Amino acid sequence: MTVEEIIKPENRVYAKPRLLNDNHMHYCPGCSHGVVHRLIAEIVEEMGIEDKTIGIAPVGCAVFAYNYVDIDWIEAAHGRAPAVATAVKRLNPSRMVFTYQGDGDLAAIGTCETIHAANRGENITIIFINNAIYGMTGGQMAPTTLEGMKTSTTPYGRRIDLNGYPLNITKLVAELDGTCYVTRQAVHTPAAVRKTKAAIKQAFKNSMEGRGTSLVEIVSTCNSGWKMSPVAANKWMEENMFAKYPLGEIKNTVK
Amino acid sequence: MKEEIIIAGFGGQGVLSMGKILAYAALMDNLEVTWMPSYGPEQRGGTANVTVILSDAPISSPILDAFDTAVILNQQSLDKFESKVKPGGTLIYDPYGIHHAPTRTDINVISIDAMEVTFDMESAKTYNMIVLGALLKVKPLVPMESVIKGLKKTLPERHHHLIPMNEAAITRGMALVK
Amino acid sequence: MEEVRLMKGNEAIAHAAIRYGADGYFGYPITPQSEILETLEAEMPWETTGMVVLQAESEVAAINMVYAGAACGKAVFTSSSSPGVSLKQEGISYIAAGELPALIVNVMRGGPGLGTIHPSQADYFQATKGGGHGDYHLIVLAPSSVQEMADFVTLGFDLAFKYRTPAMILADGIVGQMMEKVVLPPFRPRRTDEQIAEQCPWAVTGRPATRKPNIMTTLELDSYQMERNNERFQRTYKMIEQNEVRYQEYYTEDADYLIVAFGSIARICLKSIEELRAQGIKIGLIRPITLWPFPYERIAELSKQVKGMLCVEINAGQMIEDVRLAVEGRVQVCHFGRLGGIVPNPNEVVDAFNSYFSDAKK
Repeated sequence: MTVEEIIKPENRVYAKPRLLNDNHMHYCPGCSHGVVHRLIAEIVEEMGIEDKTIGIAPVGCAVFAYNYVDIDWIEAAHGRAPAVATAVKRLNPSRMVFTYQGDGDLAAIGTCETIHAANRGENITIIFINNAIYGMTGGQMAPTTLEGMKTSTTPYGRRIDLNGYPLNITKLVAELDGTCYVTRQAVHTPAAVRKTKAAIKQAFKNSMEGRGTSLVEIVSTCNSGWKMSPVAANKWMEENMFAKYPLGEIKNTVK
Repeated sequence: MKEEIIIAGFGGQGVLSMGKILAYAALMDNLEVTWMPSYGPEQRGGTANVTVILSDAPISSPILDAFDTAVILNQQSLDKFESKVKPGGTLIYDPYGIHHAPTRTDINVISIDAMEVTFDMESAKTYNMIVLGALLKVKPLVPMESVIKGLKKTLPERHHHLIPMNEAAITRGMALVK
Repeated sequence: MEEVRLMKGNEAIAHAAIRYGADGYFGYPITPQSEILETLEAEMPWETTGMVVLQAESEVAAINMVYAGAACGKAVFTSSSSPGVSLKQEGISYIAAGELPALIVNVMRGGPGLGTIHPSQADYFQATKGGGHGDYHLIVLAPSSVQEMADFVTLGFDLAFKYRTPAMILADGIVGQMMEKVVLPPFRPRRTDEQIAEQCPWAVTGRPATRKPNIMTTLELDSYQMERNNERFQRTYKMIEQNEVRYQEYYTEDADYLIVAFGSIARICLKSIEELRAQGIKIGLIRPITLWPFPYERIAELSKQVKGMLCVEINAGQMIEDVRLAVEGRVQVCHFGRLGGIVPNPNEVVDAFNSYFSDAKK
């Protein structure tokens, strides 16, 4: 079969969503971000809300999310995405507003904004990529870094006596009256990707229907930061991350 | 015409609102006016004061170190402001709780037993209106109808039924000045 | 004719913003400016004009909400007092870098640190020299009356939108807390989404199929592009310097001496000038209204006319640096100020002048 034959429309079994553009992604091979970006593009397209969607990008590896998904974006200061989303949604109530944040952005420097936006029940979606490390700045400890996990600032492994406990912020957010839907997913297998897609779609619907804050945590790998192959990173995530951050729905008041 | 007034006493005596009603009355009378309070937590329990300037010309400084008239309602304020009254100016004070009476002889000192009158009134909240009445008797800066209009402006609608009581208090205050 | 009303400077800002057709306010309580948020909450403009009012969880959140609203092309503002404005600096830098119109109100109190709740002008450097990180300026307006508190809301928003740059009202506890007469601006309707899309084609609104994505970002890792961005900012600042210098003069025609003062203290100095003139000293006042852009040229001209200048500021000497830049050593420029939240009274200014310029009376 020649390349020309392969790319004929009738032979196509997979296509990239229209909103996912051709820009070369800066993410490392094996990174979970690309999959989640694609899901967002796919869902926005399927829901037919590209003219209504406003994304808020974080500081961290996903700082350039706006380069890959062809919707309107605001790049927020580190940790402030939920505050930015709050104002965008309040000033534009007909829009679907979501933040896309990593663990450092959401659960360290931005904890205050995360908690308060969720507690106010802002009609936004928070997509939370938890890979337990600061990828962009070169692999430092994150609030969600597991005990014993080596990072560039915990070179001998995270010690509870020195660094405190890994922060299960999603559980904490689920406790808040303002949240309507809180779930933890992953994108390491096709089945998991499908579940994550359904979760994000549910969250976006909640936002459009004004039901309160939705948070979708996606437990992810950072194979570069973890210094593992993508396959080994997925395995390590299943064996270690899922124990502390078990997958599944944590709260759903919309059912 | 220009009158530079300091009203000073304890927080809770209605010092700031008395100044406010005077300021609104001046507004009703088409005068220029500034109302500059001491602000912050000292408004409750500690001392509070407000500088009110009424003038028929634009007012420059809202902050002064000498006053035509001082209305003094506690000892700390007397200690602080007695010396700040311009020579020939007026000091009105309530002797209730004052242990050291004013000593200056180059100013017009008027003692008013406003607190005593308050005990007769149905509400202790009329105290500052009694004092305002005394001030307006000594210094007829604004006519009574402007004060009533000022009260209407400062009081929320649901309290407008209290205006006659306040008017009565002002009249009682006026009668205090012989 | 509009009704003359009596209100505090802080209240005037709130009312003026509603009447301007502001789309949103985001703030956090701090003395001496909390009446702005309180007045807005009491007025409930969301019921009338549709304006959003939100008490944020912090000054940091509030300024980032303003950044967000501005990125949507909305007329949004925040207010705080000195320590809170320090917290906002990162966000203000983002707003400047994003070339976004927004209004920030600082009702100054004494610092450094938690300082005092009483009036001060000690944030002059912070307001006029950038404040946050990076090469940027704010348009800084210094009101000296309650009327100007109201008027500068309109002026601040208009300039911010004209140049796509943040503007600041740099007030202090005196004009914030003082009540005087004010005529509020007439009501203007808030702009519609269609008008925003037309007037602000860069605004983040949700992408219609007819245009490319609008992306509000201040990140640019290509140094050459970042240099070009900065050069564009500087061209805007140059234009503002050429067009928007504002000041007011009193008794300068025949002046042998000059007081330079901004904001509330300029009012106090006017009374000092009445006294000094009564003493036979020909003295005038220039009150910079825009602290950035600063009236360097006019002060330079006046320095050729007068024998000396006194800068009166409620700080340890900040604007005096700009005055000296303008004067270029031609005449003596002295400073008088009080610190810690103490406001100089008119006599203190008179005494300070007479001690600095003792031969003025001859």
